[in-house]
Amino acid sequence: MSESARGTRTGSVLTHALLVLGAVAMIGPFGWQLLTAFKSLPETTTVPPSVLPREWLWSNFAEVFELLPFGQQLLNSLVVAAAVTLGQLAFCSLGAYAFARLEFRGRELIFALFLSVLMVPKQLLILPQYQIMSGLGLLNSLPALILPGLFSAFGTFLLRQFFATIPKDFEEAALLDGAGRFRIFFSIMLPLVKPALAALAVITVMHSWNDLLWPLVVNTAPASMPISAGLTSLQGQEWTDYPVLMAGALMASIPMLLAYLALQRQFVQGIALSGTKG
Amino acid sequence: MTQLATAPAVRGERPAAARPPRRRQHGAYLFIAPVGLGLGIFYLYPAVSTFALSFAEWGPFGGHTFTGFTNYLTVFRLETFWTALGNTLLYMVIGLLTLPVAIFFAVLLNRDGLRGVTVYRTLYFIPFVTLPVASGMVWRWLYNGDFGLINQFLSVFGIPGTYWVSNPATALFAIGVVQVWSQVGYYLVIFIAGLKAIPKEYAEAAEIDGASAFQRFWRITLPLLSPSIFFCTIINVITTLQIFDLVYVMSASATVNPAFTASQSIVQLFYEKAFVESDKGTVTALAFLLMLLIAALTFVQFRLQRRWVTYV
Repeated sequence: MSESARGTRTGSVLTHALLVLGAVAMIGPFGWQLLTAFKSLPETTTVPPSVLPREWLWSNFAEVFELLPFGQQLLNSLVVAAAVTLGQLAFCSLGAYAFARLEFRGRELIFALFLSVLMVPKQLLILPQYQIMSGLGLLNSLPALILPGLFSAFGTFLLRQFFATIPKDFEEAALLDGAGRFRIFFSIMLPLVKPALAALAVITVMHSWNDLLWPLVVNTAPASMPISAGLTSLQGQEWTDYPVLMAGALMASIPMLLAYLALQRQFVQGIALSGTKG
Repeated sequence: MTQLATAPAVRGERPAAARPPRRRQHGAYLFIAPVGLGLGIFYLYPAVSTFALSFAEWGPFGGHTFTGFTNYLTVFRLETFWTALGNTLLYMVIGLLTLPVAIFFAVLLNRDGLRGVTVYRTLYFIPFVTLPVASGMVWRWLYNGDFGLINQFLSVFGIPGTYWVSNPATALFAIGVVQVWSQVGYYLVIFIAGLKAIPKEYAEAAEIDGASAFQRFWRITLPLLSPSIFFCTIINVITTLQIFDLVYVMSASATVNPAFTASQSIVQLFYEKAFVESDKGTVTALAFLLMLLIAALTFVQFRLQRRWVTYV
């Protein structure tokens, strides 16, 4: 008995040792990023490296704002993420409800078309999407970043699955009481799928914040870029000021990190539901 | 491309025949219209258009002439296409290593009575939610040939380092490692859920029959986890075939990085051709070929699943 208990304890110590090692590999790079962001450029080019900054410098963070319209780009990212997310929640939930509950001509066909959109990788769409934006005169503007993101076949499909799980009795009672479809949608159905809406919101915000290819394509003027694309211009062609780059990368990832720490459950649930990042 | 995972089972749907015939609800189109029109304009039309244009030549003033398979032949004659294709498949193979790593940590975290599971899970998940551009930059600094932490660490043991991301021999693997690192947290979450769903009785019964820990893992846990593993290989392959952000950030530009071609992915080649070289005809064919590749590899996996996936 005591022997097996000891065996378990050694096992548990070993487990923790391995898990801590893994955690160091996962988080360590960010630690080094943080330390580098506070060092002077000459200090980062010493061999062997200093671990802690000799002097904790804030100037690297200030310099990011001088090299880039960083505040503007952060704001762009926030506005785009908020607009895209609100749009998807509104448009996808409306469509999802109809697919799950209403009967209309062509429902199966339209739904199949929605599903077919799910199968197409986004690179395939980029050229025509770019031409639409260019035709509308929207290049280098926030609407260029927002418009295509407002609509999502995936979001519609996800919410449809949730609407379909809700017992029909709720609505039928309301219908008998003379409530219209829109009223039922807003005051009965939407509150019932809140967890799904939260999950969709979280993944949409994350995808929007992290997206790089589309912003690189449509918005080449620095003031119209979101932070993901803006950050890439901090990397020099010939050489890079790493302390400044680390400071910029840190500031660009902190909003999403804070959101994740505050809403962990929704993040994990949303991401598990969605499959991929891209 | 987004994939569907654990969408909840569709309950509460009665067979159509049992329902009394109901009036069609024309109001439904109002519900569908916003998202339907948006998807039509920004997704369906572009997809069809790319497909059509892959068989046409783009005139300088916007006209198109049908040219059959010319664009595809141009792509096949591009040496960079074959390099990028090979690279992308290598990224895919390296990317699949994410799964054993994630399973390893998921099994550790699934131990009975282990403390701090939530803390570990939170930490492991952070790279996945971090802006990929930022992660790529952090790793580029770690990989730096002169002052990067990795080389400084290796030099302690007298191991000579290299310029990891600008050495053609190492660049792709260096970037692939970062891809694995950034994705582990996601698969970890899926596998933890998968392990939780396996009843403990199976392993307990096997233990009583004298099966070792390794045998229990190999013969019981792994087969019972195989549906989750299957789902993860599908997602993983689709994701890494489209790898772009990390490559874009870490391999810098064609003019200065000698390892640029050696680490170039298909999507990055697509970006270069479309928006740096403005070679639009070739690009539509390239995009369509990428979709075919993704579809083919996904299809093959579905065909092979019978051989190794155990559904209880």
